[in-house]
Amino acid sequence: MQHGTIVAGFGGQGILFCGHVLAQAALIEGREVSWMPSYGPEMRGGTAYCTVIVSDRPIGSPMVDAADSAIVLNPPSLAKFEPVIARGGLIVVNSSLVEAIPARTDIESLLLPCTQIAREAGDDLLVSMVALGGLIARRPIVGQDSVHAALRDLLSGKKAHLIEADSAAFERGYAAGMRGSTQELDNRVLVDVWR
Amino acid sequence: MTVQLTDNRRVIYRRPDALQDKSTHYCPGCGHGIVHRLVAELFDEMKLTGRTIGVGSVGCSVFAYEYFKTDFVESPHGRAPAVATGVRRVQPDKFVFTYQGDGDLAAIGTAEIVHAAARGENITAIFVNNGIYGMTGGQMAPTTLLGQKTTSSPLGRDPVLAGYPVPITEMLALVPGTAYAARGSVATPQLVGRAKSLLKRAFELQEAKAGFTIVEILSNCPVGWGMTAPASMEHVEKDVIGTYPLGVLVDRAKAGPESK
Amino acid sequence: MSAMATTQLAPKRVLMKGNEAMAEAAIQAGCDAYFGYPITPQAEILELMARRMPEEGRVFIQAESELGAINMALGAAATGARVLVSSSSPGISLMAEGMSYMAGSEVPMVLINVMRGGPGLGSIGPSQSDYFQAVKGHGHGDYKVPVLAPASIAEAVALMADAFELAERYRTPVIVLADGTLGQAMEPVSPAYRDPARLQTDWNLTSTNGEREPRVVRSLHLRPEELQEHNTHLQAKFAQIAEREVRFATERIEDADIVIVAYGTAARIARTAMERGRSKGLRIGIFRPITLWPFPTAELVAATEGKRGILTVELSSGQMVEDVRLAIEGRLPVHFLGRQGGVLPSPNEVLEACRKMVAP
Repeated sequence: MQHGTIVAGFGGQGILFCGHVLAQAALIEGREVSWMPSYGPEMRGGTAYCTVIVSDRPIGSPMVDAADSAIVLNPPSLAKFEPVIARGGLIVVNSSLVEAIPARTDIESLLLPCTQIAREAGDDLLVSMVALGGLIARRPIVGQDSVHAALRDLLSGKKAHLIEADSAAFERGYAAGMRGSTQELDNRVLVDVWR
Repeated sequence: MTVQLTDNRRVIYRRPDALQDKSTHYCPGCGHGIVHRLVAELFDEMKLTGRTIGVGSVGCSVFAYEYFKTDFVESPHGRAPAVATGVRRVQPDKFVFTYQGDGDLAAIGTAEIVHAAARGENITAIFVNNGIYGMTGGQMAPTTLLGQKTTSSPLGRDPVLAGYPVPITEMLALVPGTAYAARGSVATPQLVGRAKSLLKRAFELQEAKAGFTIVEILSNCPVGWGMTAPASMEHVEKDVIGTYPLGVLVDRAKAGPESK
Repeated sequence: MSAMATTQLAPKRVLMKGNEAMAEAAIQAGCDAYFGYPITPQAEILELMARRMPEEGRVFIQAESELGAINMALGAAATGARVLVSSSSPGISLMAEGMSYMAGSEVPMVLINVMRGGPGLGSIGPSQSDYFQAVKGHGHGDYKVPVLAPASIAEAVALMADAFELAERYRTPVIVLADGTLGQAMEPVSPAYRDPARLQTDWNLTSTNGEREPRVVRSLHLRPEELQEHNTHLQAKFAQIAEREVRFATERIEDADIVIVAYGTAARIARTAMERGRSKGLRIGIFRPITLWPFPTAELVAATEGKRGILTVELSSGQMVEDVRLAIEGRLPVHFLGRQGGVLPSPNEVLEACRKMVAP
């Protein structure tokens, strides 16, 4: 089993952290994993993304040419990464910020109002954790418990007070992802949570 | 070398122990030999030889490691202050000096000398300024005087074409990490004695870990300048000192720590 | 999907960024002093060292330039200290001078190059376009230095201790040649660090203490005959390194029809291509040099005997492929696939190139 995920959005939406949590969760499960960020000027304000590969065998390329899933938290990321998702793959779209609906008919699209859910959970900055919850609900790449354990690992020391909110945001995203109803629209497989 | 004398004669002049028993490669009349001697005398007097690691440079003094009885590391051209930084940081109890000419220190090595000073490295730069690239055949140096003819300024240094002499030691004196910056000369016996006292102060401040120390010594190049040795020393005294005034440019240890 | 059961198999692994993992491995390998200057994509090495070296009571300096850094390294290493320097391609060019001096004066030191695209300022993307510079001598003069090329972060960690050991055993600078991908990625690392034993030395500068003759660390030998003798000595040392220190790895090479030769990140991409090819009946194997110099020439010849052909994959316009061709000497077709400037070839591109080699 090997699963490649891309997490993309604005710098400040917790993109790299979200990928790190997923990677750490995989590590906790004893899996092979690689996390590869976009780096350089992109880090400083523009669209950021990272690639996480979780596998049960040694990982080849740390980049993916056909992603098994993607989280896109802003409109430019949808345009950039919708085309690179493998047939049968999943795209988690932050429908709070991205009005467009993925056009691909050969992938599953989870339309999740991540920013809105994050706000309800207490902070817009939790947006990527909500999205990760949605992703794991539809594609159990790692166990939920592993994600919570990863958050405890990564948010140690001075950041420990954030664990609870991040875990709660992940759970809200997970619950929303689980209850989303599958619809078909022009042959597209949409899982719409709110609309 | 210890000289045993059985009668009541007194040794008034001999090779310092810190110098090897070797003829130098320097041209007749060159001031490097005098500066070497001053440094070696101070090594003897301050008992530094056994604790010293010298850092060489590129230029006429490239063979300095042949003459001092200390460990020595060679540096690429201009990089001696960086090399000395590396030596001193991992050997904090040693005495570390660089021996550099004006092309090495004031042209190709300006970044290294400025930042060694800025970091307040506990090293002493012995900077021998004779206003010319002697080793490579007498080309113009950053410190060449205005109007001075060299093999690469055949009509004399023209500031429009070649800029102005660089007062690098004054520049270094501005840097807070510089504990001591001074300029002496070996143009006359009196100035030789004065130069030694400047070097001594610098060495003492390095021993006190006061920060970066530099002593510039105005010297000569009879061959490169096309002069006899006496005429070249006279030229230093009469002309060069006018562009590069002698004296202590900064002594922050004396001024107190608040000036740092 | 439930892999929780395997948790206990590797309890100690931690996720580390390549740059940080190499830096920490150097510290654990007993690095006494680090000198660096900020440049993407290796700044995390400098940053980790800035924090960790003072914690360990060791020397850290952010130099005024890469020239400053490499020459501080020269000075510190001349005293026998274990010294690390790191940079990325443009900075490595500035360090060519110091590397030549250290090779000439036989000063051990480890230099990490986290390569980015060139020439010139180029890009900050991952690249392998400094292969020639690393393996053919870097600076002026007749010399080579061992070049170690990790293909994963775990391997990079292991190679740091090996690099110091090689440097000290042969009194030579050693280059660890990584690229932006390895520097920036995070992968699991088992913190099984190694601190190589210190050798007895009689050349390093510790000051005489009045007890021995002065030592000089220098590359200057002005008499041509003397320099020739010194160079002959250096060449004999290089021959010894070439004889003893070749390292490489192979994957599924025994039954392979096509052998991909690649190092570092390119070898990782090749592995994905190999898996995809194998699943479609295309028998691909991988030969991965770990020492780029000394290049595993005889080993490559032996491993590829009777194969249909070789595909060399690099993140460059074709540099290592020259050494592959020199090794193969026309025995087999040697093809090349490269991407430049920070672009990575996709596994499918590599696979397609392999497929073309066996197509009628």
